[in-house]
Formats: sequence, structure tokens, C-alpha cells
Amino acid sequence: MTKYSKQFLANLYRTMVRIRFCEESLVEPILKKEVQCPVHLYSGEEAIATGVCAALAEKDYIFGTHRSHGHYLAKGGSMRELIAEIYGKQTGCSRGRGGSMHVCDPDKGVLGAAPIVGGTISLAVGCALASKMKKEKNVTVSFFGDGAAGEGVLYESINLAALKKLPIIFACENNLYSTHMPIKECRPKNNIFEIGISYGIISFRVDGNDVLRVYEAAKKAVEICRKNQGPVFIEFMTYRLRGHVGANDSIQGTHTDIRPKEEIAKWRKKDPIRKFEQYLIRNKILAKGNRETIRKETEAEVNDAYVFAKKSSYPKKGELTKYVFKK
Amino acid sequence: MSLRNRKLQYSLAINEAIHQMMVLDKSVFLIGQGVKSPWYVGNTTKGLLEKFGRERVIDTPVSENAVTGAAIGAAIAGMRPIVVHPRVDFMMYALDPIINQAANWHYMFGGNSSVPVVIWGIINRGGEQAAQHSQALHALFAHIPGLKVVMPSTPYDAKGLMISAIKDENPVVYIDERWLYAVEGEVPEEIYSVPLGKGIIRKKGKDVTLVALSYMSYESIKASNHLEKEGIDVEVIDLRSIKPLDKNLLLESVKKTGRLVIADGGWKTCGFAAEISALVCENIFEYLKAPIIRVTLPDTPAPASSALERYYYPNSKDIIRVIKEMVRCHIK
Repeated sequence: MTKYSKQFLANLYRTMVRIRFCEESLVEPILKKEVQCPVHLYSGEEAIATGVCAALAEKDYIFGTHRSHGHYLAKGGSMRELIAEIYGKQTGCSRGRGGSMHVCDPDKGVLGAAPIVGGTISLAVGCALASKMKKEKNVTVSFFGDGAAGEGVLYESINLAALKKLPIIFACENNLYSTHMPIKECRPKNNIFEIGISYGIISFRVDGNDVLRVYEAAKKAVEICRKNQGPVFIEFMTYRLRGHVGANDSIQGTHTDIRPKEEIAKWRKKDPIRKFEQYLIRNKILAKGNRETIRKETEAEVNDAYVFAKKSSYPKKGELTKYVFKK
Repeated sequence: MSLRNRKLQYSLAINEAIHQMMVLDKSVFLIGQGVKSPWYVGNTTKGLLEKFGRERVIDTPVSENAVTGAAIGAAIAGMRPIVVHPRVDFMMYALDPIINQAANWHYMFGGNSSVPVVIWGIINRGGEQAAQHSQALHALFAHIPGLKVVMPSTPYDAKGLMISAIKDENPVVYIDERWLYAVEGEVPEEIYSVPLGKGIIRKKGKDVTLVALSYMSYESIKASNHLEKEGIDVEVIDLRSIKPLDKNLLLESVKKTGRLVIADGGWKTCGFAAEISALVCENIFEYLKAPIIRVTLPDTPAPASSALERYYYPNSKDIIRVIKEMVRCHIK
């Protein structure tokens, strides 16, 4: 038996499947060069965005990275607008000005994503500072990767957030690679969560491929932040099933993906969706038919997103300089 | 009611702008290193901490990058922060949040999100402070799409431009100079705005247009007063904002005088003076009676020794010299 409602678990499953199908749907268009902007697929890391965002309210905020399609979708961003953005269309979530690396939906609390490693961490701290000043009890999540642990701004940001006791969750998605560099070549110890400990904040590590563990960790962190006892640092251990950028960067000739095949195979077995399906089967929650329905519905949603994106217009030449300044 | 002809120091005019805007708008707050220390920021923050408390007047550790990023993040989340850098030099640690994030933000999210933040950098130079305590980097920021850059020279403008910067929906880099902090001038007591992108003619003239900003406006006025006695009638324009720039005021003046000298406290190469020169050449080349002259810092880091400093910073004498040469050689 499980303490969660069937509806809740079905939603987690649906969100993970939506992210995976959406990400995998991009592979062919990337290889065909129909999609030209750099795309950093989130396949394999779905449990983190799904579990964390399930613990958040709509009014809570998130900031992301270059690999943020999953965060955007899990927090409520529209798949149609995501695909349209990746296709450079005016109907995209950033009106074709941002592309895959700059997704946002302020109404859903997705305040922005950016590829400068560690670049949005301090912004998230400022957002949490604003929440505290406004006394609005919202929590901000800063998603970043293990690579960001190499950036000084992470340390400055944790210190500032700890000093001001801000309602922020530092969510490190440790996928063991910083572009092509394995973590053992970046850090003397694979111990990123311990960074938080040295600033006196609650810090821990969780299996990032287990959506329920992720959810429970995030829920605990959110409660701590809502009680004004933040910040919290969580390191989610995970793995990306595809290369750093594109469909498969070895095929594309950029050769940033030089990971051992055995390692990839090992992590495929820990695929977060498969892992969750096994849990659902074990607990007799979603029958095969129900799972199949969710998959069918998601396939239809993905198809619809492509129809929408493809029939949408490109931004107009006359609007090249629009949005440089807010009028 | 406003006291007629009330005079205020430049630094206290900034202070008054912040006081009044913090009263007017609860989303305005001040954050940065040394906001409670006159050693850092002169008397520009006088009384703010006492009046608004530590929650809205936030002194920070030495973390320019994260603190500036936090101000930008707070702006994205609906606040109107002012982040202060007591020396522009130390602001270099914050170039990522300023240039990569704040400047691009509104554009790269297609107008869905904006960053109403004031990034206040103080130029604090002279006194043998050497290369890393002396830099004037306004041209660097003006180069970046999405940033507005202002450099007030008078107490009136210091207050009015700070108010406009706070009210603006975009990131505004507000650069002032410690050399101006003791300057006194008339400052209305009420809240008023000096529009961003609006220059002003400080002295009317017909022979030469002399364009300046910030501290160099004073050296320019001094030079023009001297030249007047020698029969050279100089028009002094204080542009006040680099971006947006009052192109019309500049071009109309040069059309009238046919001669242009630019006096800037920054470096020469790819600097503010170069931009003004290019604008005039591109638009009204046919009006020019003489080559344009730039009076700037040499392309050299600031020296420490005052024996060298005195040759490093341009002043009214340099301006007088070039204008005399210009007029003498090119009288038509």
C-alpha cells in the first residue's frame, strides 16, 4: 500500500511521460536540422523536475538552466509554446527570441532559464529576497547542474541566502558531467551537497531518479522554507541519457559525449520512468491500460504541439529590435 | 511647498531621491556593500538605515556578483532595487548578472519579463588610488543593448536622474563621481524627473560645440568661460545620458557651429567620445568645418603617483588648448 492517492501518482507519471515524450520528439527534428537552436535534452532526469514541482504551489517560483524544458513543463508551462519557441516562432513562450535555452512562463512561476553556468542562481536568491520582503510566503527553487559547483557565484549566493535566511531551495541536478567533463575531473570529491553544510544550512543528497524520494525531499524543503527556516540545499543524483547538447552529440560530430557505453547502459536500467512504473505495478496502482492511456494522450499532446508550432508564424523582420527595452 | 532656490550637495541630492522614492514606493530598496558606511558611499545613504531599517537598506558581504544578481532577481520578481557599487572597479565581478542577465532579459524572454533595477556605480578616483580604484567604464555599459546609462553632473540632475532611473522599467546603470559629491546646486524639494536620454545646453555658443558628461561638464564650462574672454564662443552640451542619447540636441548644435570637441573622463579607444564623433560623421558630415577632436584619458591605466596623475586626467586647460588650435587653423 502507498500513502499517496492514485490521482497524485498518476499525475507524477503523466508529468514524467510528458517530459520524456516531448524531449524525445525533438531528436528527429534536430537530426534533420529542422530544429537549429541548441537543445539540451532532459531525458533521464525527469524525476527531479517532476518531484520538485509537485511539491510547489503555482505561486512558487523556479529559475532554470540551459536544460530546462523539464522544469518548464513540470511547473505548468505550455508544451505548444515550448515547441514553438524551439522552432523560433512568434507564438513561442519567449516569442522566438530565446529559443530552447530561454524558456519562461511568469504566470506559472517559471521566471526564466539561462545557459550561463550558475548564472540564474543569484537571480533566484534575489527572487527569494523579494518574497521575504513582500511577506508572501512563496518559495523559490534554483535549478542548476553539478557544473555550477565550479562557479564562484554559487558560493556567494548560498552565503547570502543563508545570511538572510531566504526561502530558497538550491536544487543541484548532479548528472555527473559538466558538458564533456566527468565530475571526477572537475572536483576532488563528488560531494556537492556538503557545500551547503559549510554554510550552516540544511543540505542533503537524494536519488534523483526516484520521483517519490525527490518529491518527499522537496516537500520537506518547501515546508522548511515556508516556516522561514530556509534555505535548503538538495543534491539530486541523476544521469542524462543523451549527450550534453543535441540529439546525440557523438553522431552530430561535436564529440562532447565521450561517456563509457557501460556507464550509459548501467544508468538506463535506473531510468526514472521505468523505476516508477515498477513501483506502480508493485503497488497495483495504475493498471497497464491506464498507463497506456496516459502515453496515448501524451503522444496526442506532443503531436498537437508540433502542429501548433509548425503552423505558427515566424517573428517579423520589422520586430527585430522590439523588446530590447520595455516601453 | 518647495523652498525657493534651496541648495543641496550633489551627494545629498542622490540621498534625497532615494529617501523620497523609498517613501513613495514600497518596492524600492537599496542593497550593496557599505550602504551604512560613509567610507564607502559618502553621505549618499545618510539616514536611510534609520528610517527604513535593515530590511530595505541591506548592507552585504563582499560578493558583487551574487549581490547584483540578487538585485536583478528581486527586480524580476517585482521589486525596484537599487544596487550600489562604491567603486565601479569592483563592479567588474558583476558583469555576468549585468550584461548576460539583466541587459538581455527582457529581449530574450520576448517581453514577458523585465528588470526594473538601478545599478549604481560610483567613480572614485584621484588621490593616488591607482589602476583598480579609478576607472570610468561608462562606455563599456553603453555598448550593451538593453542597458540604459546615465551620468549626472549637477545636483539637480543627480536627483532627477536617480528618480527616473528608479521609475524606469529597464536596467539603468547610474554612474556618479565622488569628485562631484561636494558640488552644490539648486534642487527642488519635491519629486521630479530628469528624463533619461535628454541632454542640456549648459552654455550657448556659435563657434564650437563642446560635448561632455559628468565631471567633464565642469571642466568644459570652465574652459568655455575662459575662451569667451578670448572671443571664442563655445556651446557646452552636457548629454547627461549616454543611452539613450540625445542625438537631436547634439546634431543641431554641430550643424550650427560646424566644430565639435568631446571631453570625456573615460578612455579614448572605442569610448564615449568615439561614439559621439561617429554619430556626427555619419549624419551631418557636410556641416563640419574642422576635424573632430577628442579630449579623453590616454589609453593607459590610472597611475598612482600624483606626479603622473596630474597629466593623466584631462582638464579645462587641455580643452582650451585644442579649441584654440581648432579655431585658429580652420577659420573659414
